[in-house]
Parts: sequence; C-alpha cells; structure tokens
Amino acid sequence: MRMIKSINNVREDGIVEEQSVYRDEYAVIAERLTKKFGKFVAVDGISFAVKKGEIFGFLGPNGAGKSTTIRMLCGILTPTKGKAIVGGLDVSIYPDAVRRRIGYMSQKFSLYQDLTVEQNIEFYGGIYGLGKNQLKERKEWVLEMAGLKGKEKTLTHSLSGGWKQRLALGCSMLHEPPILFLDEPTAGVDPVSRRSFWDLIYQLSSGGVTVFVTTHYMDEAEHCNTIGLIYGGKIVAIGSPMQLKHNLDQYSIFEVTCDRPVDAMELLRGLDWVIETSIFGSVFHVSTHKHKETSIMIKRYLEKNGIVVHKLETIIPSLEDVFIHLISGENVGIQQ
Amino acid sequence: MIHIKQAMSLNVMPIVKKEFRQIKRDKRILGVLLFIPSLLLVMFGYALNFDVKNTPMAVYDEDRSIVSRSFLEKFFVTEHFNLYKQLENKKEIDELLDGEMVRVVLVVPHDFSKKIQRGEEARIQVIVDGSNSNAASITLGYVNTIIQQYSLNVISEAIIKSGRRQFQLPVDFRPRILYNPELRSAKFLVPGLIAFILMVTTVISTSLSIARERELGTIEQIMISPVKPIELILGKTLPYVLISVVATIAILFAGYIFFGVTIKGSIFLLSLVTFIFLVTGLGMGLLISSLAETQQLAFMIAAITSLLPTFILSGFIFPIRNMPIVIQGITYLLPARYFLVALRAIILKGAGIEAFWEQVLYLTIYAILMLGISSLKMKKVLA
Repeated sequence: MRMIKSINNVREDGIVEEQSVYRDEYAVIAERLTKKFGKFVAVDGISFAVKKGEIFGFLGPNGAGKSTTIRMLCGILTPTKGKAIVGGLDVSIYPDAVRRRIGYMSQKFSLYQDLTVEQNIEFYGGIYGLGKNQLKERKEWVLEMAGLKGKEKTLTHSLSGGWKQRLALGCSMLHEPPILFLDEPTAGVDPVSRRSFWDLIYQLSSGGVTVFVTTHYMDEAEHCNTIGLIYGGKIVAIGSPMQLKHNLDQYSIFEVTCDRPVDAMELLRGLDWVIETSIFGSVFHVSTHKHKETSIMIKRYLEKNGIVVHKLETIIPSLEDVFIHLISGENVGIQQ
Repeated sequence: MIHIKQAMSLNVMPIVKKEFRQIKRDKRILGVLLFIPSLLLVMFGYALNFDVKNTPMAVYDEDRSIVSRSFLEKFFVTEHFNLYKQLENKKEIDELLDGEMVRVVLVVPHDFSKKIQRGEEARIQVIVDGSNSNAASITLGYVNTIIQQYSLNVISEAIIKSGRRQFQLPVDFRPRILYNPELRSAKFLVPGLIAFILMVTTVISTSLSIARERELGTIEQIMISPVKPIELILGKTLPYVLISVVATIAILFAGYIFFGVTIKGSIFLLSLVTFIFLVTGLGMGLLISSLAETQQLAFMIAAITSLLPTFILSGFIFPIRNMPIVIQGITYLLPARYFLVALRAIILKGAGIEAFWEQVLYLTIYAILMLGISSLKMKKVLA
C-alpha cells in the first residue's frame, strides 16, 4: 500500500508526464484506467506501476477486471478514461510501437491446433516480421525452452496442455519483447506443468524481462515480486506478498477442524471480537483481534454450543486470507 | 487501390501461407471448394432437367378403328411420349394415374372415326396428372401440338380431295431458337452455377475462416501483433480468391466436357465481371464475420443471406419475371442477379459489354459498398 501512495503522489504532482526517470524505471504504468461496457464498469479507475524486470501478479476472482485491464495495456481495448504507458510509450498514441515491445499470451493458448509446432512458430515469427536467420535462431530457442525438440512436425492438437502452454509462451516471445503479458497462463494445466511453467517465468524475469501475469490461483501469486489485488474493477491492495500479509499483523488467524463447520462459522460470526470466518474445504479460518486467550475462547464457545472441535491451531495467513480480509465488508475501501 | 510499393511492404504472406497450410491440412475443405462445384454442375445439369421427354401415357381407345389407331400413333413417333398401356376399361385410368404409372391418359370416344369421316367435330379426352404443374403444362402443350397437327392434316386432305390441287396454310410457323438451339437446360445452368458456387465459396469460406479465428481466440493474438487490419483482411481473403478462381475454371471445363458449353464471348470480360463479383462476395463474407463471433452463427447468416437467395431468387433456376412483384423487388438486392445476366450474355450469347454494362455498373457499386462497409466494420472489430 505504500507503493500506491507513492504513485498517487507522483500523479497528483502532475509530473508523471515529464519525469522520464519515472518512465525509465517502470515498464508498465496504469493511470486511472477505466473501462465501461455500457453502464457496467469493468475496470474502475485503477492505477499502478510495474518495475522493470519484476514479476507483477494481478490477482483476483473471475470477472474482477483482470483481462480487461491486460487488454487495455496491450492496446486491444481502448480505455474509457485514463492512460496506459507501456515500455515508456503511451499505448493510445503509439499502439504499433508498443505492440513490438510486448509479448502476449492468453489463457486460450492462441495456437493453431491444425498446424504443426514448427508451422505455428513460423506463423507467429512471420507476423512479427522476423527475418529468415532470426526466425531460425528463435525457433531453436523456443523448441529448446519448451522442450519440444524432435516434435517440430507434431500437430499442436496432439500436444499435452503443458506443452501447448510452453509453445504458446515461446510464440509470444519470438520477437524478444522486453515486456510479457500473461493472461491466466496456467488455467487448465496440471500442477507439475504449472510448476515448470513458473520456472520458465523466473528464467525470463532473471533475463530482464518484465512479466505481468494475471491469475486467480493464490499459490501462484506467492511467486510474484509484487501483487495487485483486484476486486470489482478496483485495486484493493498492492505490495509484495510479505507486505500484503502485514495487513493481518494485528489479527490472529486460526484454522478450525470440527464436525459442523457451517454451523460453527455461523455461531462465531455473532461474536464481537471475531473479524471474519471463511471456509477452506472441510476446515474454516477464523480471524480475531489479537488476544492471548482467543484460542481457548473459541474452543469453549463452540463446545458450549454442542460442536465437537477436533483441532484448532494458529496459522500464518495465506494470501487467500489476506484477500478475503480485504474484500470483506468495510475493508473494501482500503485503497482510499 | 493500394499503391504497389505500399502493397509490397504489407506483411500479408505469413497469413496467406498459414491459411493455405490449414486448408491443406483439412482436405475436406479443399475438396468441397474445388470439386464439389463441378460435381454440382454435373448433377444439376443432368438432374435439373426442365425438358419433358418420354412421358408415360396410357390410351383408352373405345373406337378401335384404323382412324383412331393412326391418330394415336402420332403421339408415339415423337420422343415426348411412351405408350405405357392400352386400356381395356375406364376403371384402370384412375389406378394408373394414382400410382404414377402414367402422367397422361388419352380417351378416344367410340364415335371418333365416324365423326372425322363425316367432317364433324370429334372430341378427345386428355387426362393429365397436374401435381407437377410445370411438367403438366409442357405435356399439354405437346399434346395440343400433335392434335393440331393431326387436325390440319385432316383438313388439308379434305380440301385436296375436294379438288383444289394446291393448298397452303395461312400461317407457317418456322421457329429459330438462338443461343441454346437444342433447348438444353444444362446450358442455361452453367452460368447460374458459376454464380451460385462463387457466392458459396467466397461468402461462406471467408466468413467461416475469420469466425473460426474469433472463436478460437487466435485473432486476439494477431491483433496484438504489429499486423495491420488491412494485412489481416487481405491475408485471410486472398487464398479464397485463388481457390474460387480455380473452381470457376473447373466449372467451365466441366461445362464444356459434359454439356458442350463454350465461352462465346470475351474471356477478358468474363474475368473482369467475375472478379467484381468475387470482391462483392468477399465483402459480404467479411461483413458477416464482423457480426458473427462463432462459426455456427456465421454459417447461418451466410446461408440465409447469400446461399438460399442466390439459389432461389437470382434467376439461377426460376425466372425472375415470373415472381410476384414484391419478390422481384428483393431480387435487386442480390449481387448474383446482375452477375448472372452478364455471365449468360458472355458465355451463351457472346455479347459485348454494351449489352450488359448496366449490370456491371450495379455490380461494381455493390462491390464497392460491400467492401467499404465491411472494412469499416472489420476495423472496428480488430481495433
């Protein structure tokens, strides 16, 4: 949240435009980006900045405005209001120049299923205007990176999800863009492939590529340098995973295993020292104001009401806890 | 028109190459686009025959005289009728007609020869199956002609017998049929089929190929690349222009081989008019794909707006002048209507541009409008 403040300050001073240092330091800058579809506000005046070379995770549930934002940053959607600066250039003024500097990969892995691996690479290389030698070189790079050596003539259709994903990533990196946008890149891919995909992202990032990635997987967000939490078209919080978790420093969080979790949550919600409850599969989390006796108080209260508590332990908050905390009730206004 | 230099610098080839690779991969599409047209021509050419020949006929001759027999013979020496059966009683008539064994029955009354010999009016009953009204009226025409001819013979014989050596008919009917002297339906169909098939290949294939990219999301990936909308549009349509040209040549060949249809007019004019029509079709295809986000929807719109009207309303099969006035008005909205007139003029009549310049003018206006509107629409989709 400290970050947001600093950007806001810069913006309010009106020196964003002039300060080239600011543009040099950041690969992606969104200033009060807004997108309305009729009366529906998909993205509501969001501002953030992504430092060069960092992995920026855009985290939020489906329909929060993640894809709309990424599409405005890439220049395929015109913002209703606000400005997007990518690679130091205003997207609405220099869309073509911006397009040459970015790579984009969507959750659909925009590959042609009826073409071979090689033909897909050739096509995407072609539309980015790669020369013959350059294409040959980059083709090798993609095949190497995606582990598709020897599968050049395989139909993309018959590749597994993980391979398709890596091939799509390779195709979006053919023109060696310094900034990479990934829209839900791991949707529908098995956990092992997800892991190795993130290894690739680390590799690219360590090579100096700025990665802007949207996801609704909380565990993936932990891999990012900076996370922007988006909910209902608004940024709820921005910071490193550690910083975000500090939000909950003043609270204790418990994981409760009991026989009737839904009833137990209902009961606890009525207590004034309980902040919130949320279900995580067969267990649920309770966050409370900090107090030595809290864990005993929860247990006693539940047992008094006839609920058998199997286990109750203090846990370190996950990003999911942070997220639920931030979007529940009065905390939504945290950006202001 | 795009300046040559500008055109050279357009990055169209990767898309064209990709499109051909996809078409090659899906051999069915290629087959549909290249061979089905010629197959359709052959099928339509033979099956869609308006000529009425060898109509099965039954006769019920109550008279059973030499006169009645010679009268009936006149029908079966032509290729129009085949004698199915000589009936023994009247009941059989209904059975044969109901069972579609025969289409027409002639009943010769018992006093036929007497009346002819006396010079009175003899009556013949003709019963026709009218369920296919077109064929029925043509059949009746033949019957009428044969009976008229017979009557004339009877009259002229009588007049000659009465002493006059020389006898001439007041009006002599000497038909000369132009352009399609054998009156074969196939000849008339070849130009129509070219129009129909070009409409199908251009409108349906372009709209489907773009809708597919929208459906799969690949178009988004292309939009994010530096490719310009004009490059994408050209890259997506050029392959289908080429295929349509090949298909047209194939139809002309098939028309020549199977039906002896030759191009009487100028090949240059034919290419020019066909090109304008192709552009119109591509414009329509683009317009549809700017509206439809799925292949299914694109196909439906294409079928309703191009395929069916071209088949039914363009004058391909059914003459426009026979349609109700309101429908005739609608036909003016079909590019194929104009194209067909020009095509028939060039292929069948060998006419020059002066015979159909109006059609070419309307078609050109249509093409420019279509291409303009669809490019604007498409740019909005792609921007």
